Amino acid sequence: MNNSVLVKSFFAEVGSLSRFSGKFLSMFFIPPYEISALFKQCYIIGYKSLPLVGLTGFIMGLVLTMQLRPFMIDYGVESQLPAIVGIAIIREIGPVITALIFAGKIGSSIGAELGSMKVTEQIDAMEVSGTNPFKYLVVSRVLAATFMLPVLAVLSDAISLYGSYLGVNIKGDTSFHFFWTQVFDSLEFRDVLPAFIKTYFFGFAVGIIGCYKGYFSSKGTEGVGKSANSAVVVSSIMIFILDLLAVQITDLLGFN
Amino acid sequence: MSKNNQIDELPNIKTENKVLEINHLYKSFGDNHVLVDFNLILLRGQNIVVLGKSGSGKSVLIKCIIGLLKFNNGSIKIYDQEIGHLNATALDKIRAKVGFLFQSNALYDSMTVRENLEFPLRRHWIKLSQNKINEMVVQALTDVGLVHTIDMMPVELSGGMRKRIAIARTLILKPDIILYDEPTTGLDPITGKEIIKLMVDIKTKYNTASLIISHDMNCVRSASDLIIILLEGRCYAKGKYEELKSINDPKVKQFFE
Repeated sequence: MNNSVLVKSFFAEVGSLSRFSGKFLSMFFIPPYEISALFKQCYIIGYKSLPLVGLTGFIMGLVLTMQLRPFMIDYGVESQLPAIVGIAIIREIGPVITALIFAGKIGSSIGAELGSMKVTEQIDAMEVSGTNPFKYLVVSRVLAATFMLPVLAVLSDAISLYGSYLGVNIKGDTSFHFFWTQVFDSLEFRDVLPAFIKTYFFGFAVGIIGCYKGYFSSKGTEGVGKSANSAVVVSSIMIFILDLLAVQITDLLGFN
Repeated sequence: MSKNNQIDELPNIKTENKVLEINHLYKSFGDNHVLVDFNLILLRGQNIVVLGKSGSGKSVLIKCIIGLLKFNNGSIKIYDQEIGHLNATALDKIRAKVGFLFQSNALYDSMTVRENLEFPLRRHWIKLSQNKINEMVVQALTDVGLVHTIDMMPVELSGGMRKRIAIARTLILKPDIILYDEPTTGLDPITGKEIIKLMVDIKTKYNTASLIISHDMNCVRSASDLIIILLEGRCYAKGKYEELKSINDPKVKQFFE
């Protein structure tokens, strides 16, 4: 495949994904609303992802603290360890790592589920049964991903900081109260808000890309595998692109 | 028997008996002309089998009828309502009267048999009570002889059982018309015969009109009141089984050899 064909297909894919997102926005406002499907997806996407997100968050906080500690001692600022780890987790590492874990778990599962439904004609069956499959399957999943990722990111941040507290105390002796006072004293409104807002965009990206890849899956079971795989790859790249945009925007607005 | 593409061979059809009428249907995918000037009339209580080779456009035809595919030209009328002109709400109302059995059964993997059957009921007839829904689900499963599978998942069922459950899901809305897409494909001959018998029983019991897409000659012989041979996107020949079998045209003969 030559370069011009690759460029063409890239822009065709971007255009198609944009139209899909536009359809999501138009369907979102038109009743009837699939409330029960939304709650079911919130349970599956949010609640069932909590153990994985919690575990990775805990390990991330613990490891980050243990890796940073020797350097902080070398520079004589060991007492600043909770503050540094807190800022790193809240501003960047927490939201991005949680979003990437989320993309791996939820993006692939949405892509595979919808892809499988597409190739076995279940989506057509839903349409014949008087249901708008786009609303029932896509809108509910994208909304659930958009609303659940920020919640998971906040919980992951908290668990991560607890892991960090344990990490500090493996070789040191810092009280629980002192650790958290240090963390919260170092945090400002401009650290928390932009990081929280960007997780909504990460969640939307994971949901819409997973649904898009699954909804347009083809070529039988091979296509289902490809849908799941490309849902993870594309949404992971999109998370980094959105993160890059977010940091530029917050910088322009003077939040950095 | 006839070998032309006109629909004027049934001149005295009473309008109230016509449930489906297709006139000059044309459907293409780019340069691939799948259906070209296709015509058909389906009457209440009639079983028509559309016979054709793989890739001849049979499945495209019934997907156009149910509104899953848009056609380029011509008209499809169900109870005198033009399918191509209906909005989503009106199309859903028509779809409640038309059952569709998918080739792959299309049972929802994540739902039990009960939930699979409840799904179209809850969507089309919103005001039904839970007791009434339960009663209708059990009745539909009784019709296909699989009440004991009510709380099982589709993955736990055999191919023939899944086909029966798919038929039960089609029946549950008490449709006037049933569209069968390759109902016996992928089944062993014995199970295939059971499914054909079930289709005939359904027609007898509920007086439904059926359009059956098939290339299984057992199904064609046993389930048809009228056979239409679809070739090159057109209705190449039509007639009863014995009539078509006796034709000397090699294009027709190939199906009966």
